[in-house]
Amino acid sequence: MTAAPAPALDSERPRPRYDHRILAHSAALVWRNVIRIKREPSILAFTLIQPIIFVLLFSFVYSGVISIPGVNYTDFIMAGIFAQTIVFGATITASSLAQDLQSGFIARLRTLPINSAAVLIGRTGADLGVTLLSITVMILTGLAVGWRIRSDLVGALAGVGLLVLFAFAMSWLMVFLGLSVRNPEAITSASLLLLFPLTFVSEAFVPASTLPQPLHIIAEWNPVSALVYATRNLFGNLPAATAPETWLQSNAIGIITVSSLALLCVFIPLSVRRFARLNDRL
Amino acid sequence: MIVAEELSKTYRVGRGREITALDDLNLEVARGELRAILGPNGAGKSTAVKIFTTLTAPTWGRASISGIDVSRDPGGVRELIGASGQSTAIDERLTGLENLQLIAMLSRPTGLKARDRAADMIERFDLVEARDRQVKEYSGGMRRRVDIAGALLAEPEVLFLDEPTTGLDPRSRQSVWDLIAQLAHRGTTVVLTTQYLEEADRLSDTISVIDHGRVIAEGTPDELKASIGEQRAEVTLLNDSDHEAAMGILRRVAAAEPARSSSLRDLSVAITDGTRTLSALLLELGGAGIELVDAGVRRPTLDEVFFELTGTPPTDELRTDPR
Repeated sequence: MTAAPAPALDSERPRPRYDHRILAHSAALVWRNVIRIKREPSILAFTLIQPIIFVLLFSFVYSGVISIPGVNYTDFIMAGIFAQTIVFGATITASSLAQDLQSGFIARLRTLPINSAAVLIGRTGADLGVTLLSITVMILTGLAVGWRIRSDLVGALAGVGLLVLFAFAMSWLMVFLGLSVRNPEAITSASLLLLFPLTFVSEAFVPASTLPQPLHIIAEWNPVSALVYATRNLFGNLPAATAPETWLQSNAIGIITVSSLALLCVFIPLSVRRFARLNDRL
Repeated sequence: MIVAEELSKTYRVGRGREITALDDLNLEVARGELRAILGPNGAGKSTAVKIFTTLTAPTWGRASISGIDVSRDPGGVRELIGASGQSTAIDERLTGLENLQLIAMLSRPTGLKARDRAADMIERFDLVEARDRQVKEYSGGMRRRVDIAGALLAEPEVLFLDEPTTGLDPRSRQSVWDLIAQLAHRGTTVVLTTQYLEEADRLSDTISVIDHGRVIAEGTPDELKASIGEQRAEVTLLNDSDHEAAMGILRRVAAAEPARSSSLRDLSVAITDGTRTLSALLLELGGAGIELVDAGVRRPTLDEVFFELTGTPPTDELRTDPR
């Protein structure tokens, strides 16, 4: 043992730093997360098979019972299924992250010389890939059962773009939730409790006007309704000869765009900060 | 190389309750040294490693590696260290090769491509046959090898191994021990936490014994053993019922406090003049009608060192035998 307590000598040696390679590190973590998703059948089933089942279920089973004047029900319902799948799919971000925290895998990453944001970008990046895949599957299934985009190419692209933007924003909100709650099972059950009413008491599957009074108001002001209305509008799937009735409906596209960007502006820095302060647990 | 000064850590648990994990811990490890931090469960070993590996911040005090302060420049510290063990984990769903490839992609770049570097480690750690199987199918010993390979991949200046053999069967434990011994031989500075006395005894240059979050003794294994007397007389009784009487005789003849062990029949006490005291002991025991199965003189074990230092028998939490 040396008696010299002056550690300054060692540190004067300049060292190259690598924690700026944030893109390469994020890409590496996307790679890892994609491998995991491929090996976790339950996630793939949830994001790919469930939307297929919903499309088939709603278009075949309910289209006979529910009729909405001015639009065929399959056209009407697709925006609702897109929105529902995206909202539920986002919870996977939170539970996967919580799982990695619980297992100690994230602790391992935190001993490596990387920018901690790369861990979160790797998570949301991989989940964005899953979202794109699941939107593609829904579009193909929808087209197969007779759904058509009645607007134009610009509308179609804008509709998909809006869904993807919203999904990405939700994913970052879920990153923050995952870092805060840190218990995958609690996250899954709590979000199901919250998200089921949120998606069903909305305009996803029926127009708000058909709902009884208290639910009617909730559905009108429900953010999921705004997402559904905006998507439906962009895809040209709104009932013919209807005009927007509420403030939320008249501004749906703007509201979803702005609030998605706002979520990103708030939850990206909040999550990065929370990640950096993960340390004070026993 | 590695310095901890007055290091303290308090965790807040629930309403107003606090747990002191580290309480004024001081430590200095020289370059190239293999230091064992020995202590029972809850002594603060893992907390100390978490602070050195930047996973948690100290409540008070300073810790630095090569002069870089872990709180002020955690990124700088991460460039120097490799960490493996119970507070960190590899990915169960990835193969051994993929795990190491990921760590290679996230570590200091070398000339080699990440995959080649990972493949090289797989070979060096004798995992070739299992490299494309998911880690969840690995045995405990194989997992530990992947884990340590990952920590070593970037050729760190300091390696932290947090209880590297806890939960391993004796054969895997031996292979991990061989691995650690090789590392030490090559000059890597290694800090190893363990609750196994035998592990600290066999591997380390210096042992820091910690209890209740502070260092209570430090020295080479031989120094620690010598600190409680060069020799010990040990007797094994035929009957449990003679325990109290035998303890009394040992205490009187050797003029020292005998150590308790997990068995009432195994007694030992520090002695100064070798066989002479042993003969006196045997005479007295025989005179009292106490029958013996075995008796002898030997060097002290770390069990006894720990007992001397803490006043608690190591059998509660600190186990000599990892099984």
